[in-house]
Amino acid sequence: MIEARALSKRFGDLEAVRELSLRARDGEITGLLGANGAGKSTTLRMLYGVLTPDGGTASIDGLDVRGETSAARARLGVLAHSTGLYGNLSARENIEYFGALLGVPRAELDSRIASLAQELDLDGFLDQRARGLSQGQRIKVALARALVHSPPNLVLDEPTNGLDVMAIRSLRELLRRLRAQGHCILFSSHVMGEVAALCDRVVIIGHGRVLAEGSVESIRERSGASSLEEAFLRALEPEGGLE
Amino acid sequence: MIGKLGIVFAKEFIENLRDRRTLLSALLFGPLFGPLLFGAMVSRMLHQSAAETDEVLEITLSGAEQAPNLAHYLESQGLKLKLAPLSEAAARAEVRRGASALVLIVPEEYAARFRAGEPAPLLLVADSSDSQTRRSAERVRLLLSAYGSGIAQLRIQARGLSPLLAVPVAVNEIDVTTPTGRAIVVLGFMTYFILFAMLMGGLYLAIDATAGERERGSLEALLSLPVARGALVGGKILATCAYMALSLAINLAAFVVVFRFVPLEQFGMSANLGPRTALEFFAICLPFVPLGAALMTLVASFTRSYREAQTYLTSVLLIPTLPIAFASIYSLKTRSALMLIPSLSQHLLMTSVLKDEPISARDIATSALSALVLAGLLIAATARHWRRESMLR
Repeated sequence: MIEARALSKRFGDLEAVRELSLRARDGEITGLLGANGAGKSTTLRMLYGVLTPDGGTASIDGLDVRGETSAARARLGVLAHSTGLYGNLSARENIEYFGALLGVPRAELDSRIASLAQELDLDGFLDQRARGLSQGQRIKVALARALVHSPPNLVLDEPTNGLDVMAIRSLRELLRRLRAQGHCILFSSHVMGEVAALCDRVVIIGHGRVLAEGSVESIRERSGASSLEEAFLRALEPEGGLE
Repeated sequence: MIGKLGIVFAKEFIENLRDRRTLLSALLFGPLFGPLLFGAMVSRMLHQSAAETDEVLEITLSGAEQAPNLAHYLESQGLKLKLAPLSEAAARAEVRRGASALVLIVPEEYAARFRAGEPAPLLLVADSSDSQTRRSAERVRLLLSAYGSGIAQLRIQARGLSPLLAVPVAVNEIDVTTPTGRAIVVLGFMTYFILFAMLMGGLYLAIDATAGERERGSLEALLSLPVARGALVGGKILATCAYMALSLAINLAAFVVVFRFVPLEQFGMSANLGPRTALEFFAICLPFVPLGAALMTLVASFTRSYREAQTYLTSVLLIPTLPIAFASIYSLKTRSALMLIPSLSQHLLMTSVLKDEPISARDIATSALSALVLAGLLIAATARHWRRESMLR
């Protein structure tokens, strides 16, 4: 379970996130939906510990991200906004590097990568240099890298950015499979169709605050809109809409 | 922490070993550039100074029939005479055109005045803006003056006086430069080539490990790991150090080989750069390695892209030249206080080794410690910068 309680973050004069609380449950895919600049990345960055909140707490399975960083991070997989791989290392070596830094024992690493390779269908290019991989292959390797230490929770920041249709489709299938295994998945997106297609629960944020929260259906019903898109726009309205 | 540092080190080391650009610049061009350029330069300089004395100098002589003795004398001193009757104006034009480098005119009144014991005029036409001609003209001037004083002594003798009267002072020059010392002048800036090659060795790794991480988008994922930033920075700097040490070793080996082929001994110089000296150089420079690595990593950590890092680090490569340039301008000698200044202390110590001067253990220790302390401070500053949130932006 991934939880944020009254998180706040300020960059100079800009209040990027204001007292934001959310909860992503195990066995569910939670979507963080918001326009560009709504505070999605900042929120996720506080959840995976590269930004320190000015106020509030973030926890993974009840472990405080600031206080018990290593224990919390051990239970969290991260697919950051940019999923850069090391071009001169093979896909396997990229995964191994993060595995080693995450403290996965050497003996377990090989079998773990073997099972990830099967699960994510990496076998054809596991020992190729990352430089030559396609966009879709790269996202799979980055995902394997995020999952190398078998975390029960997974955070993805705009994972479909720059992916082609085929790659998006295979990513969706992967996330559904992880959900079926009981993972807690939180991902951000500014594409409504994607969130509607994949998420059990949606958190709509704007200007650093939660505007609406619930299942796609309940948000739609509550706002009286006919589609999530309209509900999204209505939720944003008090803030002046999409700039 | 040490374990994680080792993981980062191994990954950076291997990753860069596979990068052709890094490999070529760190382990080939960087370390070999200095020795090759140096070998070529020294050979040419030695060749030039040797040529100066041995080369046959050609000179146009006008009015040789007026002064047959002088013509013989000049010929006996290795000058090749081209006889041509030229007026002063024609001679000027000839030299300006470059048809002749030097023209010596014996005017018509020469013979008469010479016989009368009066100063006999000679006219030497040369273009002193050409450094080659300037040296030739100097040589001719010296020959003429030697000829003149020979004649003077003969005249004094003919009048029954001692020719020594015409030599009121006898100046003997004693040049205390040892053969090695003379070579030092030539080899003075070799130490900079060594420091340069060493820095070049780590340049690309330092960029790749910092600005490179940012540019390829792997930085955030890396920073999200539960690894102390000190371990990340430490591993990266250590890998940079390894490349710098390798480059330094290759560079010194290349210098040893090059000096086998540069005929310094032939000109009374001994370069004194054998394998043993190379090892001593390596030991002297080694403490500078972490300093250079930390400096480059710190500077590159502030940059956004590969290109930007390259621009800044090129200036960093020049920093070690400043104290060395300062030292050569003010011809500083090895002094304990100067051992506190990195790059200058390495330069002075290496120069002392080349000169076969005794070196105190305290100077070596001061030089090493000051570099290491400064390296420690820079490493701490780098780790501090990496702990900042602004690293991500």
